[in-house]
Formats: sequence, structure tokens, C-alpha cells
Amino acid sequence: MKKPVLAALAAALATAASAQTLINGAGATFPYPLYSKWFSDYTKVNTAVRFNYQSIGSGGGINQFTAGTVDFGATDAPMNADQLAKVPDAIHVPMVLGAVVITYNAPIEGLRLTQALVADIFLGRIKKWNDPAIAAVNPSTKLPDANITVARRSDGSGTTYVFTDYLSKISPEWKEQVGTGTSVSWPVGLGGKGNEGVTGLVKQTPGAIGYVELVYANQNKLAKAILQNKDGNFVAPTLQATSAAAAGVAIPEDYRVSLTNASGKDAWPIAAFTWLLVHKDTRDPVKGEAVAKFLWWAVHEGQATAASLEYAPLPKPVVVMVEKTIRSLQVQGKPVSIASAH
Amino acid sequence: MALTPAGTTARAGVSNLGDRTWAAALVVFGGAVMVIAGLILLELGRESAPAWQRIGFLRFLVSSDWDPVQEKYGALPFIYGTLVTSAIAILVAVPVSVGLALFLSEMGPRKLRRPVAFAVEVLAAIPSVIFGLWGLFVLVPWLRTTVEPALQSAFGFLPLFQGPPIGLGYLAAGLILAVMILPTISSVTNEVLKTVPLALKEGALALGATRWEAIRMAVLPYARPGIVGAALLGLGRALGETMAVTMVIGNSPEIHASLFAPGYSLPAVIANEFAEATSDVYVGALAALALVLFGVTLILNAAAQLLLQAVARGPRRA
Repeated sequence: MKKPVLAALAAALATAASAQTLINGAGATFPYPLYSKWFSDYTKVNTAVRFNYQSIGSGGGINQFTAGTVDFGATDAPMNADQLAKVPDAIHVPMVLGAVVITYNAPIEGLRLTQALVADIFLGRIKKWNDPAIAAVNPSTKLPDANITVARRSDGSGTTYVFTDYLSKISPEWKEQVGTGTSVSWPVGLGGKGNEGVTGLVKQTPGAIGYVELVYANQNKLAKAILQNKDGNFVAPTLQATSAAAAGVAIPEDYRVSLTNASGKDAWPIAAFTWLLVHKDTRDPVKGEAVAKFLWWAVHEGQATAASLEYAPLPKPVVVMVEKTIRSLQVQGKPVSIASAH
Repeated sequence: MALTPAGTTARAGVSNLGDRTWAAALVVFGGAVMVIAGLILLELGRESAPAWQRIGFLRFLVSSDWDPVQEKYGALPFIYGTLVTSAIAILVAVPVSVGLALFLSEMGPRKLRRPVAFAVEVLAAIPSVIFGLWGLFVLVPWLRTTVEPALQSAFGFLPLFQGPPIGLGYLAAGLILAVMILPTISSVTNEVLKTVPLALKEGALALGATRWEAIRMAVLPYARPGIVGAALLGLGRALGETMAVTMVIGNSPEIHASLFAPGYSLPAVIANEFAEATSDVYVGALAALALVLFGVTLILNAAAQLLLQAVARGPRRA
């Protein structure tokens, strides 16, 4: 009685498995809303594959990719030399750009900050909102006589990596004392867990200032500071300004490049790529080809979805570079074929 | 199964197959607890080895630097935060819980006892993240605007109540923990109070004691070991609580005498940083913190056991 049922079940599973290839990925939480939309859209384009993505964080993504438990990883902070040494054939493929914005809780419309002001506030040197240095850049605004409370992420995060990378570039003192990392030793401030934790702190604490992702700030209608970029212009954080950051930087072959403090008159100074991590040569021919085709789709059709979900699309020259990279992927030592899908 | 012949009753436990199987199964269940605890310790020891090797046991315990970028790790701010918040929780929760238990078992109007007991049970069933949210949105603003300025103006000369009232910090975390462990302590205390022999109370009343005097002189001394045990259960929960604490403690690895200042706790930092810890030493340092938490819990439990024995001896001497 039991055996035929089991056999039927096994047969059903086998057909399901052969009909759909399951591709496993894990990593960054920041692009997760976009990736899950992409995966569900892509399954309609190519019914032969199905994606399973776990948003466990960039560090976790790198670990799982290194351990070989997933077919692709995803990260907001590029792999460092030590990590690459363990997976020599890892390739970073940029998917979209993200931006980090400075949000604040003070009755100030369109707060403007220079590089020196941002560094001094997060180093704990400027303690009051009506500090003469802030007043000098915001001459037409009445600044409150309130304490500044810095709010930052308590959990290890790619957002913190991008923000501290920016601070390290604009302030030699920050680079010396604190440095760049997913978790750092902050000179001042309170820690909140996740974007929502930082937002909670900022909203709850009069006089607070913190950093969150642009997507999150837009969805929650948070006040965003206008920053002075490398070229000296004051820019507001927008998707266009974020994409402009990638246009102002020479992109290397391996895409492991920091886009913070980029030159360009419209460039938003705290921008970064978010990458998928894949192997240059995949042993499984079905999976290798499926991943390559998906990447091709993501940097073309997928980019329109990105903008609608408030992620900044890759600029054209970068897309051209990525096309070349995808074509260079291999399956069992032979070049992968993408042509059949497009 | 046939009845065991009368002559072999003394050895029935050994000779009977069913009994032997049952005994073996119990050994497996009992042993599993030891094996699992042992495996956890072993694995934590293995994971934390890179950190011990690099930093050194003593330096890890007494250093207050926590800087993943420079690979400097010290456990002291987290140990301090865990101890301070748990101490606040116990100091606030024990008197309230004992009062609550007395209300439920001795003093309260009978009509009110059931609803109040039910409310306490509901409190125990609330997930900790809800306590955290309530803390962040209700307790913290109230502390910032009302309680902390009031404490400061009354006791501002004490180092405990100095510094800017931010709301987030040791005090907020300790108070949240107090609310969370209150149901545990009060319900166990309530059960303990029910075991106090009626004759003791009636004897005290017959000697002319008021209700309060009967409670103070007959009920509480009898129940004291049980109340300490209840506080111990509460302490265990307070030491390990992660989510609610991390939402209101401020998450800053610093040591301050002031209860208004932000701090950090052992479970909170592990939960916050583990997912993004990529280097071996970093993961090792977090595993080492877990071992430290294990150690702190063990030491406090052992100390409490000693206290329990001392307390149990107390009333007999008197």
C-alpha cells in the first residue's frame, strides 16, 4: 500500500526537479526587495529556473559563497584580498547602486552640510545644532539650541561600511581613529538595529542625526540632509545623483571599487554598488548557464524595475562593461551561451 | 505482562525487561542534557580559540576596547551592561512581584484575584520584541521627558543620575527587564505562598498579630527560600534577554557610572554583530563573549545557590 505512493511521490519530485532548476543564493539585505521582485519576474520569462534567496546579510553571503553552500552570493561590501584568496575565481557583478543619506530630527528645512561638518558631527566635535560652523553653511535658517545626538547602526551592516568608507575619505582623522568596516568603534552616539532601529532613534530623539539607506528614507518620508560633494556642489539625494556617482569614477575590471566621494558636479557623495558574487567557471552546466542568463536579464530588463523600487540603475557605460563580464563566464571551462535567451 | 513472582520483588527493577528499557531510556534523556551542554561548550571553545590566542584570556575580560576594524576586542563593557541591567531588573521586580503575589494569595479581594492573575499570565506570554517596541515608543520618551529629569533634580549629586537624559540606556533596559521577569517571579512566589501551612498564619493571628504582622512574621520567613528561588529564575531570564534589551540600551560598548548613559549587553552584541562578522578573530571574539555569558550565568547561579542555603537555614535558627 505504501510503496506505490512513495514511488509516485519520488517520480513527481523527479519531474519537478528536472522541469525547474533551483538556484540558491544568499547575502545582502539591502537589495532583497529588488532581488525578490526580479526572481519572481524572471521566473515568468524563463520558467525553467527558480530562485531561492536568503537575505542573511553581506558578511553571511560572502561566507556561504566561500563555503560553497550557495550558487551565488550577494554583498554590499566587496570581498577583501584575504576573502578572495579562498575563492580565487569569484567575480563581482554590480547589479544596481544604493545610496546612504543623512537623516535628522530638528526643525530645519533642507539642512546643508559640508564634508568637514559631517566628519565633525560624527566624530562628536560639533555638539550643538546652533554651532557657528553649521550656521555659516545654513545662513537663512534659524538653528535650534539643542544637543546633537548621533544615531547609528548597532548591527554589522553594508550600510555602515559604505558610510564609514565615505567618512574615511573625507576625514583623515576618521580614517586614523575609526576606519572603514561593517561594525566600527563609534566615537559617539546610540546604536539602533537595522534601518528601522536608526529611524526609530532619530524620530524619538529630538536633535538626533543618523544615516539610513535612500530607499528607506524615501519610503518613510524622512528629512534628508543636502551634502556638499567632491566638486563643491550641494546635492540632494536622488536616484539620478546616485547613478551619477558611478559615472564619475573609473570602474576597474573586477568592479571592486568604492563610489563614495565621487567626482562629478551632480554626484551624490555616499553611493555604492551592490554586487552578486558568482564563480567564473561553474561545474554544473545547467546552473551556470541559468545564472549567466539571469545576470544578462537583470542588467537589461531588470534595471527598469530597479528604478520603480527606488534603486539607482547602472549607468550605460557600466552596463556595457558588465555585458563583457557575463560573456566571459564559463561552464566546465567552455564559454557560456547567453544568446538563446536574447 | 505477567506479575513478578513474590520472591524476586527486591530485584524486579534489574531483571524486568520493561523496567530496564525504561531505565535506559531515562539515562539517554538525562544524559542528552549533559551531552548537549557539553557540545555547546566544546563548540564555543573551538570557535573562540582564535580570539583567545590573539588577545589572551585576562586581557579579553578586562579590556574595554571593542573595535572590529582594528581587531581589538574586550568584554568588559558588555559584562558590565549585563550585570547592571539585570541588577536594576531584580531590584525593581522582586519587591513588586512579592507584593503582587501577596495580593493574589493573601490580601486581595477574592473577586479581583482571578483577573489580576490572568493579566500577569498574559504579561508572561508577550514576545520580547513587543516589550522592546513598547520600550522604544512609550517608556523611553517618558524616561527622557519626565523620570530622568525628576531623578536628576532630586538625586543629581549621585553619579548614578548624572549626564544628559537621553532615555535610552541602562535604566530603560533594566526597567524593561523588570517588567519582563515580573510574571515569572510573582507566579512562582504565589505558588510558594500557597504552600505556607495554614496553622502558621492562624497561630500568628491567634496571638493577636494583624494581617500584615502575620505575613511579615509567619508567611514571608517560611516562604523566603522559595522567593529567592523565584528571583533566581527571573535573573536567569534577565541575563539572557536579547531583543528587548538591544532595542532600548543604546548599544554603545562603553562603561558609565550613570544609569542614564547608553551601554551594551553580552547577548545583544552577539545578536547584532554575528551575521556580519567575517574574520576568524571577530567570530572568535563573539563566541568568546558567549562563553563569558555562560560563565557569568554559572557564577551567579552558584552564588545564588549559596544564598539560598544560607536563607533556608535562617528561619530555623530564629
